[in-house]
Amino acid sequence: MSLEELLLEKKPIIVKRWFHLILKTYPADTVGFLKKQKNQFSNPVGHTISHGIEELFEELLQGMNPVKISPILDTIIRIRAVQDFSPSQAIAFIFLLKKVIREELQREGSENRISEDLSRLESRIDEMALLSFDIFMKCREKIYELKTNEMKNMTYGLLKRANLIYEIQEEEPDLKSSNIINSK
Amino acid sequence: MAVQPKVPKGISYPDELSKVDYKPPEKAWMDTPVVLKPNMFCWGNKEKSLKAVDFPNARAWSVADEDWKLPENWKEIFLEGIRERLDKYRTFRLFMDICVRCGACADKCHFFIGGGDPKNMPVLRAELLRSVYRKYFTGSGKALGKLAGARELNIGVLKELWYYAYQCTECRRCSLFCPYGIDTAEVTIIARELLNLLGLNIEWIAGPVANCWRTGNHMGLLPHTLRDTVEMFKADLETITGVKVDYSFNRKGAEILFVNPSGEYFDPNGNITFMGYMLLFHELGLDVTLSTYCSEGGNFGFFTSNEMAKRLHSKVYAEAKRLKVKWILGGECGHMWRVWHQYHNTWFGPVDFLEEPVSPITGTKFENAKSNKVVHICEFTSDLIKHGKIKLDPSRNDNYIVTLHDSCNVSRGMGFFEEPRYIIKNVCNNFYEMPPNTIRENTFCCGSGSGVNASENMELRLRGALPRANALKYVREKFGVNTLANICQIDRAALQTLADYWVPGVAIRGVHELVGNALIMRGEKERTTDLRGEPLLGKEGGENV
Amino acid sequence: MGLLLSFFVVIVLVLLAFGGVEAANLQYLFGIIIPYAAFVTFIVGIFYRVVKWGRSPVPFRIPTTAGQEKSLPWIKQNKIDNPSSALGVIVRMAFEVLLFRSLFRNTKTELREGPSLAYGSAKWLWLAGLAFHWTFFIIVLRHLRLFTEPILFFVPLIESLDAFFQMGVPLLYITDVVFLMAVTYLFFRRVLIPQVRYISLAADYFPLFLILGIGVSGVLMRYFFKVDVVGAKELTMGLVTFNPVVPEGIGVIFYIHLFLVSTLLIYFPFSKLMHMAGVFLSPTRNLANNNRERMHINPWNYPVKVHTYEEYEEEFRHFMKDAGIPVEKEE
Repeated sequence: MSLEELLLEKKPIIVKRWFHLILKTYPADTVGFLKKQKNQFSNPVGHTISHGIEELFEELLQGMNPVKISPILDTIIRIRAVQDFSPSQAIAFIFLLKKVIREELQREGSENRISEDLSRLESRIDEMALLSFDIFMKCREKIYELKTNEMKNMTYGLLKRANLIYEIQEEEPDLKSSNIINSK
Repeated sequence: MAVQPKVPKGISYPDELSKVDYKPPEKAWMDTPVVLKPNMFCWGNKEKSLKAVDFPNARAWSVADEDWKLPENWKEIFLEGIRERLDKYRTFRLFMDICVRCGACADKCHFFIGGGDPKNMPVLRAELLRSVYRKYFTGSGKALGKLAGARELNIGVLKELWYYAYQCTECRRCSLFCPYGIDTAEVTIIARELLNLLGLNIEWIAGPVANCWRTGNHMGLLPHTLRDTVEMFKADLETITGVKVDYSFNRKGAEILFVNPSGEYFDPNGNITFMGYMLLFHELGLDVTLSTYCSEGGNFGFFTSNEMAKRLHSKVYAEAKRLKVKWILGGECGHMWRVWHQYHNTWFGPVDFLEEPVSPITGTKFENAKSNKVVHICEFTSDLIKHGKIKLDPSRNDNYIVTLHDSCNVSRGMGFFEEPRYIIKNVCNNFYEMPPNTIRENTFCCGSGSGVNASENMELRLRGALPRANALKYVREKFGVNTLANICQIDRAALQTLADYWVPGVAIRGVHELVGNALIMRGEKERTTDLRGEPLLGKEGGENV
Repeated sequence: MGLLLSFFVVIVLVLLAFGGVEAANLQYLFGIIIPYAAFVTFIVGIFYRVVKWGRSPVPFRIPTTAGQEKSLPWIKQNKIDNPSSALGVIVRMAFEVLLFRSLFRNTKTELREGPSLAYGSAKWLWLAGLAFHWTFFIIVLRHLRLFTEPILFFVPLIESLDAFFQMGVPLLYITDVVFLMAVTYLFFRRVLIPQVRYISLAADYFPLFLILGIGVSGVLMRYFFKVDVVGAKELTMGLVTFNPVVPEGIGVIFYIHLFLVSTLLIYFPFSKLMHMAGVFLSPTRNLANNNRERMHINPWNYPVKVHTYEEYEEEFRHFMKDAGIPVEKEE
């Protein structure tokens, strides 16, 4: 049995333990809510994480396709990027998977047998972490961009209303591009 | 098989890393001092903003400073403020006394759901003030102190109250689930009043209040600027529809005074909603006037104190009286309608100088508004549609796959659900609801209400918007929704930013923008674009490009 | 801290009653004086608190609306969750007080996922809350047997319904079982759910322990350490007829029960238990949402400083004139 097959078999337990480890990074009083409330809409954080990591795990076992994995990572990191985490804390959840997998294998006593496979898998996890870092940065940049855009929008509007700036009337960007941010 | 090195035991695992300096584990909340985190709070008010409306303790100060420059006797002022309000508001006294901490509200707050800070559980946010109340106003609190959940008022406690009073959007979602009807929004309202006694506001609220006081609107738009703005809309509308719309400011003897949130003159999303009203009024030939003196329907005074709210909104009826109109029509705005619906009549009634509102087009009497004489534009429009008084071409909105965000204020402060839906269903062909536990009375706040829609607290807003965005994302993935309609100017301004982060590709639209798109007008040319100048479906590459 | 302290306080109360009756023979104190004092405190205390609430006016009519408002005639109003008439308010309040409708809201319209048992804490809160309050109420009604002669007609009726299963001697009351289960659930919920434990105070644990103590002592008295029922009734009838007597040999468990009940009565007006009266006064639930239709009067409404139109025009007249906006005065 290959390592991938073995891990796929253990998917429920690994994902569950991974989930619980991630939740431990939240305040103790909040963990209960994140864990218990199963409604997708009442508990977006818990739901996104638990679903996201399950998909991540599957993708990981099937190789490491950044195109497929990025959007999944994005859903989780997008949330962690606005919560009380430093950058390292925000993406450390990826490394927690290593711990879970090793512990599972150790329990099985099969660690030695497949440790070459294991190190291959672990470098995939590292790769995922690097990807996460990019995504985290993108999210943070987006936040600052949104901030600046709100400010810019404000000042621009003010100047224009006060007839302090002359605008070339060809495009009228403030009217036509509802979505200033996307029109960049 | 190759020789396999054994993974050394005792390898350091990354869970230690992820836990670094994170929240204390099992410490009581009273023993957890507040940390004011950047990106979570708004800048403190400027000196001039408080001076403009004669508010106490106007001075230059900064939230980040240790010293908040409070008056010597700030504690007495604060406690005296509590005493006064206990005698004035049954709600306040009751809400301080009867909470049983059952926890039903705990996970109903969007800030808690999205951020996880336990002090954002509504019960705890109220306990912040309750603990002070117990210490100084109840026997058990005086005698037993901390054991009875009471605590001394000190500067740390005051800062905590300030921090969390501006992390509540007064959306009332928690109130819905409370078995005793405790309304944390009201506790927040009173907490903010108390803080304002000490000159502790945020500039994002205090600035608009000062502007509104002097110029009649939050944006500080002067009369000529208002006119120029509307003139510009008129030019755009003529380009798009070929119709020259009428409008007037401060016109005496008009039948109806129209008041809208001034953000609609300013914010790109709001602009188009306003253009929707203009088209509708023109097509109906409605005898309606705008006012420069009362150019604000919203009321940031309401986020300051009840008195300030009343001071600002006295303009609405004063202007209606001066212009001798018959009744007042109000635009799409959330807290404006909360205030108009729940407070106006009490502050300014009896409104005997106006007439009971009757639609001049359909003859419908607005029975539910007969005393305070203000009608919601969506009530007005849905009545028109019901009576077949306007012609609509919903296919002009075929670019839009629409869902409706119920704005908190009109949802849990009025119960305004069917009117906007009826309109949308008549002006759009594609309408999908978000999941039932996130709409109507259960609606999630945009995360930016009650005056916290500044930019410096972007992370707070993003956290708060997560539950709403999450439901939006669901309908986007399931039905391809690309448009979030709403009837609130703060939604239109703030949700666009928040959607751009969480659910890129969704545009925020006022309901009357959609009405304006669909409205078939006499003498109009064939429309090839919507009111934003975007080509209509099937009209791409038309002659107007 | 609050948890252990509350527990020990209740234990001390039990020991006090036990010692007082067994060792010091203070039956008169525990059977007559304290119950009278407790009853007076209860009535006066509640009255005082309610009057105090009532003296603060309701300046604004700001109910929480939980359904469609009264609007155009062809739009269906939700008359219960968003009442516009007194009748609607009465129905809404009845749902609230009798069925805990707001608490029930927790369970409505949830899209379930996964094992449904895992998430149900909110539903259990409603169910346990309802069970607790209703069984408490029925048990109090049953106790009227001890305070009326002839016994009120509905008391035996309740008793026979309550003992529906006809199990055990004396017959097992369903309410006793449900009551103890509900209190236990409410207690464990408070201790085991982290966010609820986080918000809990001694004032939350103490009444739970006290009520649990009352329930347990009552059950022990009825099913295990049988007391002299005739003697007990003699005492309680003595209390109501202001002819207090202390019959011999009722059994100490009776005095413990009575003392805990007395403590509850004394504690009641000063505690969160006042929510029983408070719920009726809650303005977000007991007012009709008809603010635009009928004027609500604020007794302390006062004139405020305003920025008048004249002041406004004075400042901006030249802008207005330049922009062609009508003005009141030319200069």
